[in-house]
Amino acid sequence: MTRHLPLSHLPLALLVVLALLPLGLSDPYLLNALIQTGIFTIGAMSLNLLLGYTGQLSLGHIAFFGIGAYASALTALGFDVELLFGWRVVHEPWPPLAGFVLAVLIAGATGYLVGRLSFRVRGAYFVIVTISFAEVVRLVALNWVELTQGPLALTGIPAMRLGLPGLGEMIFRTKVQNYYLVLAVAALSYLVVARFTRSRFGRAMRGLKENEALALSVGVNATRTLTIAATASAAMAGAAGSLYAHYFRIVDPDVFLFSTTVTMVIMVVSGGKGTLIGPVVGGLIFGLLPVALRPVLAPEAQWIVYGAVLILILFLMPRGIVPKLEALAARRPRAAAAQKPVEAESRP
Amino acid sequence: MSVSDTAPILCVDHVMVRFGGLTAIADLHFDVRPGEILSLIGPNGAGKTTAFNVITGFLKPTQGEVRFKGVPLGGLQPHSITRLGLARTFQRTSVFPDDTVLDNVLIGLHREGGGRLFDAVFNLKRERAAERAAHENARAILDLVGLSGRAQEKAGALSYGEQRLVGVALALATRPSMLLLDEPVSGMNASETQVFVDLLRTIRARGVTILLVEHDMPMVMEVSDRIVVLNYGRLIAEGPPDAIRADPAVIEAYLGKGAAAAVAQAAMQEAAHA
Repeated sequence: MTRHLPLSHLPLALLVVLALLPLGLSDPYLLNALIQTGIFTIGAMSLNLLLGYTGQLSLGHIAFFGIGAYASALTALGFDVELLFGWRVVHEPWPPLAGFVLAVLIAGATGYLVGRLSFRVRGAYFVIVTISFAEVVRLVALNWVELTQGPLALTGIPAMRLGLPGLGEMIFRTKVQNYYLVLAVAALSYLVVARFTRSRFGRAMRGLKENEALALSVGVNATRTLTIAATASAAMAGAAGSLYAHYFRIVDPDVFLFSTTVTMVIMVVSGGKGTLIGPVVGGLIFGLLPVALRPVLAPEAQWIVYGAVLILILFLMPRGIVPKLEALAARRPRAAAAQKPVEAESRP
Repeated sequence: MSVSDTAPILCVDHVMVRFGGLTAIADLHFDVRPGEILSLIGPNGAGKTTAFNVITGFLKPTQGEVRFKGVPLGGLQPHSITRLGLARTFQRTSVFPDDTVLDNVLIGLHREGGGRLFDAVFNLKRERAAERAAHENARAILDLVGLSGRAQEKAGALSYGEQRLVGVALALATRPSMLLLDEPVSGMNASETQVFVDLLRTIRARGVTILLVEHDMPMVMEVSDRIVVLNYGRLIAEGPPDAIRADPAVIEAYLGKGAAAAVAQAAMQEAAHA
């Protein structure tokens, strides 16, 4: 469809700009902000898979992120805990890459369980189950001191290492290295969401969101479809959590803060839920806005402006930035075509 | 369809539906034979849509049971019933409004191709082939219902009559052996209705049994092999169109319903003249 042409290049253009950015940017503070933004943007993309494409709001999404962070950190650090009846579990440290894979698998498995348990009844029920789940996981992380060090945090988490055949081992120690690692995982996540939502599973998800009774009548299994979406979404959040753990090298129970979920919801809703690039646009804006405001405003004023920007975006573009841009882009060529009938877009 | 003319494809076996103190269906009992077009008619509030919802699993009957190809449907979810080959359309919301017409049919075809999630994420050859096949099937279905020219339009932007056709296309996408249509021609003009009647005959010729709920009496009389008449949740008559048209119980049911009945009666007279 020709009328989406200007916007269809946005993801690639954004990727090129982001890939070139470190060449002209050496400020470690800004790089740090970009990496952090990138990690939470991956979280926002994973949330979008559920919220944007199935309409189910997970307000405990940070739980999957945090589980990924802890799973990855503990895999790489090793642990020695005593369970019930004196049964002792000892785990020797594994390479961080194994941590990443396990983070994805374990977060995905918890997403599956939460989905299985809560999707029999949907809507508000799912919201409450996810909030409670996140709170329970946070309390476990805080109180199971033997495993998680509780409020003392897991420290000394090794940097991500990637063994490349023939090239030796790559260690992601510097900010620039981590920047490209996060960018690569984000690009991959984008691709996964794109493929997922364009497949027949994605169509079943959209059908449920748009007209549930009709979707059921054409044979969509609601529980199964939503559970698949929750599993994929949680697994992707777990990947983001793993990146977080191996970049900051420290994980504490505050990783489960409710406000982080809210930030991800803001990223998705402001950018445009149910669009591929929306969470990225929203993620960049609300990830970098605090950084941009910090040098010019007092701390209290920063959050007021943050809130004002959010309200303004949602007031002017209730469906989000990207859908609004799409609507504008769709209008302009048509107006141009009306003036120059020769160039009128081809219609089937 | 000629294989087992005696064994019914659908059997509604003494079904009763009660909402609290209100009895929507008192005792409904009828069979649908393979390959026929059976119409379910009756004045407003007679329980026709309730009967549809019971047959397709959206409502559980208080008593009695529905069997499709001999399989009792009690306890089955709507999507499982669809997968047995029993598809339906809805009276009002018959489309996914934010998707294109083509994507609507593709949602209906979501079970075809067999592409797995793994294939989809890695865009394997198998997945691309499955996608191509699904698109071809969707095009064929749109051709059949006459919506090829509308494939790229948003379904929510179509006229009411065209949305009805999208609903039928969606139901056909599930490859049903039996189709339940809930007032498919309401909101269509006479020529659209005639096209729809032809479509019904085409669908039936492909071996699909059809159960129809409809208020448009000329259309019902023209297309049905048999008619079942409901009133106050009870079956009051059953038979071929000519017998129903002359049935005193049916005429009384419609005449006794005031203004709505007058319209229906006029429609029936019109049918008699036609």
